[in-house]
Amino acid sequence: MENKKNLNLTLKIWRQKNNQSKGEFKTYDAPNVSPDASFLEMVDVINESLVVKGEETIAFDHDCREGICGSCGFMIDGNAHGPQKGTTVCQLHMRNFSDGQTVTLEPWRAEAFPIIKDLMVDRSAFDRIIKAGGYISANTGGAPDANAVPIPKYDADEAFLSAACIGCGACVASCKNASAALFTSAKITHLALLPQGAVEKDQRALDMVAQMDSEQFGACTSTGTCSASCPKEISLINIAKMNREYLRASWTKKEAVHGGDMA
Amino acid sequence: MLDFLKSTVGRKYIMGITGLVWLGFVLTHMAGNMLILVSGDLYNAYGHAIVSNKPLLYVAESVLILSLCAHIFTAITLTIQNRKSRQSRYAITPNGSKGSSLASRTMAIQGSIVLAFIILHLITFKYGAEYTTNVNGVEMRDLHKLVLEVFKQPVYVAWYFVSLILLMFHLSHGAHSIFQSFGILERKMQKSLKKFAWIYAVIVVGGFLSQPLYVFLIHN
Ligand code: FES
Repeated sequence: MENKKNLNLTLKIWRQKNNQSKGEFKTYDAPNVSPDASFLEMVDVINESLVVKGEETIAFDHDCREGICGSCGFMIDGNAHGPQKGTTVCQLHMRNFSDGQTVTLEPWRAEAFPIIKDLMVDRSAFDRIIKAGGYISANTGGAPDANAVPIPKYDADEAFLSAACIGCGACVASCKNASAALFTSAKITHLALLPQGAVEKDQRALDMVAQMDSEQFGACTSTGTCSASCPKEISLINIAKMNREYLRASWTKKEAVHGGDMA
Repeated sequence: MLDFLKSTVGRKYIMGITGLVWLGFVLTHMAGNMLILVSGDLYNAYGHAIVSNKPLLYVAESVLILSLCAHIFTAITLTIQNRKSRQSRYAITPNGSKGSSLASRTMAIQGSIVLAFIILHLITFKYGAEYTTNVNGVEMRDLHKLVLEVFKQPVYVAWYFVSLILLMFHLSHGAHSIFQSFGILERKMQKSLKKFAWIYAVIVVGGFLSQPLYVFLIHN
């Protein structure tokens, strides 16, 4: 195994007391960092030293630390989740950095994601998009046989790739328009591809896009940074699929019918 | 459908459809221009044929102008919304694999310069000096003479090159992103699509740029 030396880094970290206050960069030293440490562990160590000094610790979101929950995420030198592709910041290792490097940490910046404190932002706009339709309506009752509904392998695989989205917000953060197109489209695609979700796909597309537009997100201009920054490498074809679903749903929007035998 | 047209997704369809009209137009415009390489008379005759069919000309012109206006108007509304959505900037912009291409980030600036170019272009050529010539006994406008005259001015040629290179970036981003906007992008197309868009843009702009080169090489 490659034995890399410990690193000494300088960190410029965005400190902001709360949403109202004006933030600024503060400089911290991170001495003797093991290349095997994760990025968050490195920040933990700085925080411990701050506690000893009686200073306010650096706030950042995290939970699982294994790249599956979507809690973590901030900008490292302008890259969402840091320089390594397909990785969340909790899974990013310090061996990706070099000794003596200065590293800049900033929170996600988007009007739809107000800063709560330091590197933490409020991503509840995403929750509201999910609430608008990112689910299937399943009635309670006996669990159906798992093999009763056949799903083509291709669809299952595509749905799985879309379902990999952990909702971290890197797409919005890295997009110059702060567009939520990749996130919303991943959810719409994931559910539309599966028979359990397909029944509601039209209404879902209408409702989720409407909710996305009512938040302070911008529009997609196909720069592709969202997909490039996505720790789960969600593909741009999801956005195409959303656009198509939304067009079809708008075009074929049904109206309630009455009369005839229904009377 | 009104909700559709107002949504961010619907407005991308508007950008795409109106853009597509112009993608088609610049291609045919370029193809027509190529006649200059055959002969000045043929070039003039082609121009004459186009302006002679008045009904068709007016329909085509209206479609182009309406598309352009819708394209610009939608672009402005989207740009305003997009700027509002991201008001603070990052201290560092990424330049590695997580960045975006300069062409895709600067569509609005390219578009504005291309618009200025279109207006100037119409003033220079469509509403420019009216020379006349006679091809096979038919009296017609001598566009060939005008082209030679205009492309002998170094300043105009420089501006022409700059605008067309920007147009190339604008077309290449547009030609590939309409597939995403229209929802016809599939995984298997992703790689070849960028290439296709670039080949298209290079052919169109290369064709246009051959005009000043022709003037420079043949008529100097
Ligand atoms: S902390 Fe859960 S994905 Fe990083």
